[in-house]
Amino acid sequence: MVEIKELYKAFGQVRVLEGINLLLDEPGIIAILGPNGSGKTTLIKSILGMVIPDKGSITIDENQILGKWAYRSQISYMSQIADFPQNIRVSELIAMIKNLRSSTDRDQALIDLFLLRPFLDKKLGNLSGGTRQKVNILLSFMFDAPLIILDEPTTGLDPVALLHLKDILAQEKQKGKTILITTHIMNLVEEIADRVIFLLDGKIYFNGSVTALKTQTAQQNLEHAIAEILKSHA
Amino acid sequence: MKALLYIATFLLWIQHSDAATIDVCADCETNSIREGVVLAKAGDTVLVRAGIYYVSEIVIDKSISLIGIDQPVLDGQNLQKNILEVRAQDVLISGFLLQNVGLSYTKEIAGIHISHSKNFRMTHNTFQNVFYAFILQRAQYGLLKNNVIRGQSVDETKSGNGFHLWKCTDIRIESNTIEGMRDGIYLEFVKNSHISNNRSRKNIRYGLHFMFSDHNEYHHNEFRENGAGVAVMFSKFIQMHHNDFQYNWGTASYGLLLKEINDSEIMNNNFEQNTIGINIDGCNRINYRGNQFVRNGWAIRFTGGCYTNIFEYNNFRHNTFDLSYNSRLNDNKFEANYWSEYTGYDLDRDGIGDVAFRPVKLFSFVVNKTPETIILMRSLFVDLINFSEKVSPIFTPDALKDIRPLMKPIVW
Amino acid sequence: MLKILKYSFFDLMRSRWSYIYFIFYLLMGFVLLFLNNDVDKAVITLLNIIIILTPLIGTVFGIMYYYTSKEFTELLLSQPLKRSTIFIGQYLGVAISLSLSLIIGLGIPFLIYGIARSSSIFNFTSLLIVGGFLTFIFVALSYNIALAFNDKIKGFGFAILLWLFMAVIYDGILMIVMMSFQEYPLDKFALGAVMFNPIDLSRILILLKLDISALLGYTGAVFQKFFGTGRGMLVSLSMLTLWVLLPLWNLTRIANKKDF
Repeated sequence: MVEIKELYKAFGQVRVLEGINLLLDEPGIIAILGPNGSGKTTLIKSILGMVIPDKGSITIDENQILGKWAYRSQISYMSQIADFPQNIRVSELIAMIKNLRSSTDRDQALIDLFLLRPFLDKKLGNLSGGTRQKVNILLSFMFDAPLIILDEPTTGLDPVALLHLKDILAQEKQKGKTILITTHIMNLVEEIADRVIFLLDGKIYFNGSVTALKTQTAQQNLEHAIAEILKSHA
Repeated sequence: MKALLYIATFLLWIQHSDAATIDVCADCETNSIREGVVLAKAGDTVLVRAGIYYVSEIVIDKSISLIGIDQPVLDGQNLQKNILEVRAQDVLISGFLLQNVGLSYTKEIAGIHISHSKNFRMTHNTFQNVFYAFILQRAQYGLLKNNVIRGQSVDETKSGNGFHLWKCTDIRIESNTIEGMRDGIYLEFVKNSHISNNRSRKNIRYGLHFMFSDHNEYHHNEFRENGAGVAVMFSKFIQMHHNDFQYNWGTASYGLLLKEINDSEIMNNNFEQNTIGINIDGCNRINYRGNQFVRNGWAIRFTGGCYTNIFEYNNFRHNTFDLSYNSRLNDNKFEANYWSEYTGYDLDRDGIGDVAFRPVKLFSFVVNKTPETIILMRSLFVDLINFSEKVSPIFTPDALKDIRPLMKPIVW
Repeated sequence: MLKILKYSFFDLMRSRWSYIYFIFYLLMGFVLLFLNNDVDKAVITLLNIIIILTPLIGTVFGIMYYYTSKEFTELLLSQPLKRSTIFIGQYLGVAISLSLSLIIGLGIPFLIYGIARSSSIFNFTSLLIVGGFLTFIFVALSYNIALAFNDKIKGFGFAILLWLFMAVIYDGILMIVMMSFQEYPLDKFALGAVMFNPIDLSRILILLKLDISALLGYTGAVFQKFFGTGRGMLVSLSMLTLWVLLPLWNLTRIANKKDF
């Protein structure tokens, strides 16, 4: 369970988060939406402890996370850009992350699923962007953490891999996990999200189901609903 | 060594076929050295057996040999008196350990004091805790050989010299070891003398000190870790060759100090790791040839006007500064030396660099003016200003250069 | 931390630049020793090069490694790891791999040449110690700079400027100041000023070996005490150690406050 209270963060003059209050207490897929610069990534990174908030508190299972690090073993995170050390092989990278966290055997199934076996002995610098993204997915899903955070997971994925990703997300949801996801692909949101959190100007503008959002904006389609919000706001 | 002494005795005996030998020992008929000397006639030998003899002011006023067997000890009991005083010709003193002369601020007192003598030989004696070891005045034709002098001097005013010569001629000082005295060897108004194969170390002032002494030669000596090195002052016609000057470190320290020296030769010496290799002050017509200057602070430093000196075929290797000066340098020639700092090329492969070498660096001017800047030595900034000076000289005199620098060090 | 160190280390050891750096020292060692045939001269030349080059390479490598591995660092930051563990681990990986390139690159030619038999062994060892210290110091400084600047170009520029300042400008300023105040006793000032520049400190360590004869030629009691006894060596080495530890302490301090 993640609880965020009165979270503020500014980068210099730019105020990115202005009093976020959020409670994530039920399993399911939660999509964080918002225009560029609305604070999606900052919010995620605050939960991960990568961004240190100016004010407010974040607790995970009722423990403050500020300055702590061990709690991150409860989180699987997939970052926006899959950039890895150029001179390390795929197999070594997997071994390294396993070595840093805990041993797992889920990596083998994922390697087969994403057809990564031929690339295991290649250096990461020699992989295509899509392949690297697959490695990125593998790294985040090979541990069985109760909280999963995905930042733009679909970038550069081919349709087959995207299907596999959706399958995995569905499976994890079944297991009762909380999955936070940011994306610009509204179809995906409509398809999988149980809940949408819309950020605007550092505040939570909307927090509820996709249907509720459509109803509120009186639009048939999510993309239009979002556009409507932005229009009315401007 | 004992055999040698017997041979010496034998030779003396041949010379004076009527010579007698007088034995001195605790149980002998003659049990004091003074008595032995009184009993002896010219040409006789006094043989002193092992033991401690408390003696002082024994005057040797006739031509005798005083020989110690198994190094008897002559102890002066710190009475501030000379132990032996030589006042005659043809005296040999050999094989003793002389100690405890005592310290005096008013008198010059020595282990062996020689005055107005000729043809003497002082060999194989050891000195410890003596004020002066040898004092020679107005002496001639003497040999001082294989003596060992050890002092523990810490203060110049409370210590004397190893060999102290005044107004002497034709003296040979050979193969002695002198340590921890004020000056190892001191010469004043001494002529035609040879100083060779001595080791003079850790003396608190000079290893060798020349004053007003012309026509002398010193060679194959080793001068190490002396307070201020070797000083040769106010003298002419000196030959200095094959000496080792090493590790003379300190604020006013050098391997060799030349002050007002003219018409001399300095050849094949080795100057290694001295604060200043040679400090030259007002010296003219000196040839420096075949010397090694290795890792000195300053290989050569001129501190007074110097004329017509020639430096050729010397090796300058890894000195902090090869050359520095603070007055006019006229008519001095640097040619065909090896400089490890030289970075020129030799296209015609004749072993001589095709561009001239300038041994004076801009930084040495800076250091002369502001000594503390030495701490910036070997900084990239210093290299840069030296380089720019090398490219277009402003401060360093254009004439001061070696136009035929050697590509390889000279090997002897 | 050891795990991070290991991976950074192996990552760098496999990079082309480590090889180039290694081969550069290897070639330089061989050229200086075998074309020169004068070990002393080779050591002196190497010292001059090392004192300028190791800080530069340490700075450039440190900055580049930080910026190129930034995304990966973020991946690590999302793992259950302490921040200081990640950055100190990476720092050690860079510093150790660079020091090894230096030590092995120069060590091989010197070993073949038979340094062990030569009297220059002490000079050679101090050369490697100084090179190692400078690498550790400047990688730490560059990591500080990299953490302070998110903009790669700014960080890189600032790091090069720092190197230039320490290697050249600082000494220039020092010389001008000393020459302008030459009528005052300067030895305390000179020694004090040198403590604030690790390149100068390393230079002092080398001067103590190569130019002790000249250094002892000065009258100032402070210089005499510093250079004439073991004190100079001791003080320089402890200051160099401080120069490694302080930037490291600051590095963990910034790292703990920084947003990624």
